[in-house]
Amino acid sequence: MSESREVPSQHLLAYVLRLADLSLILGQRLGEWIGHAPALEEDLGLANIGLDLIGQARLLLTYAGEIEGCGRDEDALAFLREHREFLNPTLVEQPNGDFAHTIVRQALIDAYQLELFEHLERAPDSQLAAIASKSLKEIRYHWRYSAAWLVRLGDGTTESHERVQNALERLWPYTRELFVADEIDAAMTAAGIAPDLATLAQAWNARIDSLLAEATLSRPAETHFSWFGKQGQHSEHLGYLLSEMQYMQRTYPGAKW
Amino acid sequence: MVSAVLCDNERVALAWRCLERVADPEIPVLSVVDLGIIRDVTEDAAGCLVVSLSTTYSGCPATEVIRTAVERSLGIANLAPFRIHTVLSPAWSSDWISVQGREKLRAYGIAPPENTVPNPRQLLHAPRPVACPRCASLNSERVSEFGSTPCKALYRCLSCREPFDYFKCI
Repeated sequence: MSESREVPSQHLLAYVLRLADLSLILGQRLGEWIGHAPALEEDLGLANIGLDLIGQARLLLTYAGEIEGCGRDEDALAFLREHREFLNPTLVEQPNGDFAHTIVRQALIDAYQLELFEHLERAPDSQLAAIASKSLKEIRYHWRYSAAWLVRLGDGTTESHERVQNALERLWPYTRELFVADEIDAAMTAAGIAPDLATLAQAWNARIDSLLAEATLSRPAETHFSWFGKQGQHSEHLGYLLSEMQYMQRTYPGAKW
Repeated sequence: MVSAVLCDNERVALAWRCLERVADPEIPVLSVVDLGIIRDVTEDAAGCLVVSLSTTYSGCPATEVIRTAVERSLGIANLAPFRIHTVLSPAWSSDWISVQGREKLRAYGIAPPENTVPNPRQLLHAPRPVACPRCASLNSERVSEFGSTPCKALYRCLSCREPFDYFKCI
């Protein structure tokens, strides 16, 4: 496959950082569950999914550093950027809440990554395609986990149904951002790298609708308001997350162990 | 130096023999060769030995340990200069675990992965019944999608009542 270089490198860089930061921030959030999950199996499950996501973030951040060409490696990009420089969608920085919140957030993102990476796997950018193809194998397991839990909770007791429906209502507005194209998305779609966001939304909606039906949950009403974490405009939660994730390198610059 | 008196092929063959003795840190009965993560061993134009290494899961913490172990093993065998080339594509598949590797897994108490994934979307559904590595019964149930490492799921045999790990198919 030929390297795609028609797309301006600052757009490619921003796009790869968006993918990288989504994985990194969600991986960090899932790590917060270690030792706190409802059962040992879920502790292991959430930690393993987080680990996969951080592994994906490492590959993507390394690639972003190469595109940028300023000598920044995965660590510099993860630990030494300011919060406005993070380009993850706002959904993934939302606090874990209860287990229902975490599962809803995970299923919404797993479905998104699944559909997106199946496209990126065939992208004319060979490095991005290789990372997507590798990640996809892991994401299929993540989806199997989160989808199974969503059905179990949604179609479970009155209490579990209510909690998971509440989480869905609360997190739903954050999903809109994923499918609202900006200049970077448009450039990547035009270059044949990213899918058209309307098509991606269709695939995601179909996947989520069939899951919600199985889980006896109702799809929340659409909102017109969008967050734009992917443009560096974040909710208040990201700052707190970063201060915990980055404090070691901020306090002891260059520390290694 | 041993390497100086060896011709190219012997040097590569010696490297393979070294690698066959490098154990996976999480599943020590398997060598990195059994696991199928060594994709190739070649010698470049400058006489440097190039070991192409693939990773199982992108977040697998054993990756760094494996790299160090491979370097140490090649160093002890005087095979320097060498370098490790990380291979991303094609992504590692559990199909690459050798036949001997599968038997070693079973004997170690881990159910080996099913063979071949013709359609990756198949992975979205639970696998066919997994045979218990101890009593071979197919009457087993999945306890958890994720086990002690990302590559394994937790199962329980309903015949002999023993819990066991299943090496997932990816």
